[in-house]
Formats: sequence, structure tokens, C-alpha cells
Amino acid sequence: MDAVISNFDEYLKAFGLTIGLFVVSGIASLVFGTILAVLRVGPVSILNKAAALYVTLFRNTPLLMIFVFIFIAMPVLGYNFKVVENVEIAGYNVSAFFFRACLALTLYTAAFVCEAMRSGVNAVPLGQAEAGRAIGLTFSQSMTLVILPQATRAVIPPMTSVMIALAKNTSIAAAFGLAEATATMRAFTNNNADQRIGIFLAFAIGYIIVVEVISLSSYLVERKVRVAR
Amino acid sequence: MSASVLFDAPGPRTVARHRIYTVISIAVLVAMVGFAVWTLYDAGQLEYALWEPFVTPEYVEYILVDGLLETLKMAFFSIIFAVVFGLVFGVAKLSDRDWVRWPAWLVVEFFRAVPVLLLMVFTFFLLAIGNGPLTSFWCVVIALTLYNGSVLAEVFRAGINAVPRGQAEAAYAIGMRKSQVMTTVLLPQAVKIMLPAIISQMVVALKDTSLGYYILAPGLTAVAKPIYLEFSNQVPTAIVITGIYVAVNLVLTWIATIVQKRLVGEKKVLDVPMVGAPTGPNAGNATAL
Repeated sequence: MDAVISNFDEYLKAFGLTIGLFVVSGIASLVFGTILAVLRVGPVSILNKAAALYVTLFRNTPLLMIFVFIFIAMPVLGYNFKVVENVEIAGYNVSAFFFRACLALTLYTAAFVCEAMRSGVNAVPLGQAEAGRAIGLTFSQSMTLVILPQATRAVIPPMTSVMIALAKNTSIAAAFGLAEATATMRAFTNNNADQRIGIFLAFAIGYIIVVEVISLSSYLVERKVRVAR
Repeated sequence: MSASVLFDAPGPRTVARHRIYTVISIAVLVAMVGFAVWTLYDAGQLEYALWEPFVTPEYVEYILVDGLLETLKMAFFSIIFAVVFGLVFGVAKLSDRDWVRWPAWLVVEFFRAVPVLLLMVFTFFLLAIGNGPLTSFWCVVIALTLYNGSVLAEVFRAGINAVPRGQAEAAYAIGMRKSQVMTTVLLPQAVKIMLPAIISQMVVALKDTSLGYYILAPGLTAVAKPIYLEFSNQVPTAIVITGIYVAVNLVLTWIATIVQKRLVGEKKVLDVPMVGAPTGPNAGNATAL
């Protein structure tokens, strides 16, 4: 444990990067996953099938292989995302590593977000939509007033699971040169082999805190917006 | 479409409109695929020389034996051990005794909240590095056992709780002890309900064996590296290796569906904590990580 306490700023920095990866790819995968879900439940059957193909493909591919594609295979095709290094956000330069890790995490997580969203739409009872039509609501009205609000609420528990998985999956970036928590733990353990159990526990607790914060906040949101059924 | 929450059965004008959407989206999708293929072609990635290793018998054998077989072996051992682990801790979590239930709860929650890769690195440093007793193969197996075992513990618990309550009550009524009720009445029935979820968890285990890459364990991701270093065919290698993973996982999913139909019938799939949420409701479907 001493190694962690005496290098506590490095520990915090590592988890800062982990949280950064989680927040950026979390938001991006929510957006992309929702678009996929819209295609998936939409009326155009070809888009429906294309989105289904995407989801099947990415759900069955190990995340590590997606990282391999983006970090090792894509530079061969001339995509190394060096452009983003010139982008500056709040005084920090975006590194190409960070961008690529977020891209991989987003492509993977979006498939799961899509499935969660779809289950949410399916959870709305058919009668609700029929009642909406019966009182003369237009499509967009019944969508925004009846279906979406209920679907969003039904979606919170599965979405929490997806987000927790994402938080844990950020650890895979360690294998591709990002000094986030898992990579930092490896480095710490390398230098202080005698303290490996303490170091492991310190990092495990860090992840547990991240996970618990996610599930606690989702619980609070869910309690606030729960629908009585 | 008539039974959808979102749409009425479309009328003639809507059908015509949808036809236009279909044409536009086909055009966009074809353009995207075309662009991808053209990019590959332009970068010279479609040349035969780069794909040759995957039709050369020695390399095919190398990929299948040193890669796929090792991956399947790791997944197999992890899931077997995980079932045992899950059974022990799932039943322990249902125990009436506090000193059994709480430690089991702690173990299960801990290993579900910690990333598998972190566990893998830890077991690697603890048991493999510097004359450690185990190879990295077994470190992967241990890490996956702990994680998947914890998820399966929840599956077992849910499965046992899913057996109708009257069953246990009837068993108690004819004078069975608690352990008898568990082993002769509840578990046999629970296993039937849980089997599809266990098979789906195999997909997760199989996907996670790929993480052995970080601790130099054998498997599909490990064989990829020497191949693309030798032929510098990163893109074809990634495509082939990913293809193998997807194919094996689809077979597993297919088996899970058949088992689901045979054993559980049309009933709802057992709700499994989808990706190891340590707390909170268990929703979503089983095939996930």
C-alpha cells in the first residue's frame, strides 16, 4: 500500500484518465447507440437490418480486437488521428491515444446501448400507443408525450449495466499505451513486487468506487422518474 | 409492423414514402461499403500476398491449434470452474446463516465490480512472474473464473428463486431437510432454467480470453501478433481473427437459443445481471459484457 500512498497523485491521475475515458465514450456511445436504436425500430427495413448486423457483429467481437483494429490496423490505412492532437479543450491537448481508445469503446458500447434502448421501447405497453392514437395524437405527439418518456425510464436499469461495463472496459486501453488505472497498477506492481496485494486492493477499491457512484446515481435518477405500472 | 408500439399499419402513401427511404438508405450503405473496400484496395490491403498466410496450411494450423484451440481451452476451463464457483457462492448467498451469506455476498460483489483485466494482471504478478507456479494460461483461467463465477452465482441464485415456491414448501411438508430440498428439488429444476444463461456467459468468457494478450497468454490474440509482424498484414489479420471470434460466438448463441426452446419453452429468458452490475435491478439480456 505504501507505494500507492507515496505516489497518490499518480494514482489519482490514473483514475482521472479512466474517468475521462468513461465520460467521453459514455456520452458518445449513448448518442451513437440511440441512433442505432432509432434505425432498429424505424420503418425502413434495410436500415433495420443494417443496424441489426452492426449490433450482432460488435457484440460478438472481443473489445480487444476492436482496439487492435483501431490502434494497429487502421494506421496502415492512413488513419492515425494525429489531427486531434491539435485540438485543445480547456487547456489540455487531446491525445491521439485517448481519441482512439474512446473511438474503440464507443463503437463497442453503442451496440449494447442500442439493445438496451430497444428493450425500453418494447417495454411500453402496446395499449399506450393505441390509446394515444385513439385520442387523435399525431405520430410525433404520441412519440414525445406517451412513448419516449416511458421508454426512457424503463431503460435506466439496463443502461446502468451497460455503463458499468463500459467503466470496467476502459481498463483495456491499458494494453494500448494509455496510463489509466490498470496500466498504472501494472507499473506500480512492477516496481514494488513485494506490495502487490496492497496495490491491487488499492486499485480494485478505486474501480469499485467508480462503479458504485454510477449505480448509485442511476438509482437516484430511477427513483425520481419511476413510472407506476 | 401493425403490432409495433410505434407505427400503425402503413397506408399506400406511407408505403410509397418508405420505398423512397429504402432506396436512399441502400445508396448510402452501398457507398459506405464501397468506400471501405476502396480504402482497403487503395492501401494495398487486398493484395493476395497479405492474405496468403490464411490459406497456407502451416499458418492455418498455427492459427487453429495455437490460437483457436488454446482460446477454447481457456474458455472451457474458466466456464467449468466458474460453474462450480457460482454454484458454491450462489447457494451460499441463499444460506440462512449470516456468517455464510455475508462473506459470499462480499466475494461475489467484489469480483463483479473489478475489471477482469485488473484481476488478470494481479494474478499474473502474484502467480506467474518470477518462478511463479502457474503459466499465464492459468492466470487467464483464474481471472475469468472469479469474474464469470461471480456473475453465475447471481444466475444460480436467480434460477433457484425462479423455481415456484410451492415446490420447496411441499418438500419441507413431506419432511425433507434444507439440504435435501436444495439438492433434490430446487437445483435440478433451476439448472434447466439457467442453462441458456450459462451458455450465454460462455460467450462472455470466450470474448474475455482475448485479454490474455496483455499478460502474454496464448490464444487467438496472441497468434495474431507474430503473423502481422512477419507479413505486416495488420488489417487482414485483424479481420480473420475477428471473424473466427464472431463465428464461434454465433455458434454458442445459436446453441443457447436451441437449449432455451427445448428446456425453458416460450417463457421469458432468465433475467441475468447483464454485465455484472454490482447492485441494482437485473435487467437486459444475458449475452453481454
